[in-house]
Amino acid sequence: MIARTISMKIDVSHIAKLANLPISKEEKEKFEKQLSETLSYIDKLNEINTKNVEPTSQVTGLENVTREDQPSPSLSQEEALKNAKSKYNGLFKVKAILENEVSKTSSNLTIEQFNNFLC
Amino acid sequence: MLNQLTIKEAREGLQAKKFSSVELTKSCLEQIKKLDSKINAFITVCEKEALEQASKADGLASQGETLEAKSLLGIPIALKDLFSTKGIRTTAASNVLKDYIPPYDATVVKKLKDAGAVVIGKTNLDAWAHGSSGENSDFGSTKNPWNNECVPGGSSSGSAAALAADMCIASTGTDTGGSIRLPASFCNTVGLKPTYGRVSRYGVIAMASSLDSIGHFTKTVEDSAILLNVTAGHDNFDATASDAYVQNYTESINKGINKVKIGVPKEYLLKGIDKNVKKRFEQTLKELEKLGAIIEDVSLPHTEYGIACYYIIQPSEVSSNLARYDGIRYGNDRFYFGDEAKRRIMLGTYTLSSGYYEAYYKRAMQVRTLIKKDFDKAFTKVDAIITPVSPTLPWKLGEKINDPLKMYLSDILTVTVNLAGIPGLAVPMGIVDPSTSSGQALPAGMQILGPQFSEGLLFQIGHAYEQATNWHKQKPNL
Repeated sequence: MIARTISMKIDVSHIAKLANLPISKEEKEKFEKQLSETLSYIDKLNEINTKNVEPTSQVTGLENVTREDQPSPSLSQEEALKNAKSKYNGLFKVKAILENEVSKTSSNLTIEQFNNFLC
Repeated sequence: MLNQLTIKEAREGLQAKKFSSVELTKSCLEQIKKLDSKINAFITVCEKEALEQASKADGLASQGETLEAKSLLGIPIALKDLFSTKGIRTTAASNVLKDYIPPYDATVVKKLKDAGAVVIGKTNLDAWAHGSSGENSDFGSTKNPWNNECVPGGSSSGSAAALAADMCIASTGTDTGGSIRLPASFCNTVGLKPTYGRVSRYGVIAMASSLDSIGHFTKTVEDSAILLNVTAGHDNFDATASDAYVQNYTESINKGINKVKIGVPKEYLLKGIDKNVKKRFEQTLKELEKLGAIIEDVSLPHTEYGIACYYIIQPSEVSSNLARYDGIRYGNDRFYFGDEAKRRIMLGTYTLSSGYYEAYYKRAMQVRTLIKKDFDKAFTKVDAIITPVSPTLPWKLGEKINDPLKMYLSDILTVTVNLAGIPGLAVPMGIVDPSTSSGQALPAGMQILGPQFSEGLLFQIGHAYEQATNWHKQKPNL
């Protein structure tokens, strides 16, 4: 049984937003064309009957590779921060994501009040 | 000239005290200074560190350090700029990481250094390993030493070109869809793509986690076996690394190929194959028969779906692996990604997105099973499979750069190997006149494929062919 063909039109703005990629308007048109061509080509796979075929993601048959839950030396804090452009007090510094009153007063809330706010 | 030696010859010379590692390293550095402004094989040359390591190697040698303990003592090796090197800039050939200095060594780098190797520099590549020609680098394209107007192949463009131009004694690479085998073929070197999981991926900047294979370029097949002895093996830092037994890969190399059954898949001799490449390949099969091999037809019926399958699975995994580059902990932000990276991230984001995952990624994983089963079935009939690496000779720089799909189709004979997770050894099969123009002759390579973990057999076949034909002794006019 051949699967129905999915529409080839790719919404580049939407996908770029999902992937957090800055795309200009000129680039949007160029990429739309190139990606649609590629998608048309990969549509070839619809020719194959894959009913009852197991998917393969691990090609050498490994399963559940684990180790003992023992901590061991890793990078020092200094090494881990070495390449960061923005740091403060031994921490990575990033743009604020909470920009309203909550971020200023959260230290005054009890845990229960804070959780109620989030819900 | 010392830089023209193989690993084996260099080791013998160093042990016999005919020259020092410092002299050997200086010879490579001289060659880089002489030619690299034209070829652009290197992003970073580690002159100071290399001479320090070479001097240290000479010291250890004079104290009686043996080859058993350090099999690469004093040998200058170039590393594809995806391999994390502690304290030495590692860029992935992308502006996102142009100032990134890793705080740790990749496992493979550590193994090479523990074996005494001298890291001479970091080589150029298609950024993030996205490419088949070397033209997607943010640091300029690498040129093919055989003809500077032609591509050296990619993505391990710099590693192949550096070796072909005798700027190093060996070099490392990665192969996700052909990125070692294609440049090896285009530059007349030996290129090994080991079995998936044979060599640790820890510390090598990830492209597609279920497809990436860590390998290397050498001037001879025996050198390739020497290097695999160092890099192969289990690693606690890589959950996909195999703990399959690591044999001594140089031991069985001289066994010859009498009665070895070699399969040729008819689907690989495509309609569009360059007629001179096809002719050379057919002559290669006769040469193998003269050495005692039995050539048989096999069929890999799902070959034609390889690219479609690969260009769903690989971009999907790329979109995930490149999500970490947000400029916060290291590197520059995502504005700095080049076009090809953006294309692949978007393609992968799309194929994994809600509503499309089943139709694309899941379906591709099912086709992957079928492709792998094709090989499993063929290997019940034959010991190894041999095909050309590329349907064409190296194309001109700029020729495919505006047509991403055309560029993707260059990998048509190589991607199925990564999907099946099997090893592939690319070996030179001749310098071939182009059939479409009156231009100069260019290298062509064949790939020897085997079941998972059969690298020993691949070396056996490759070595027998190489010693009988000597294509590897031909050098570009530099």
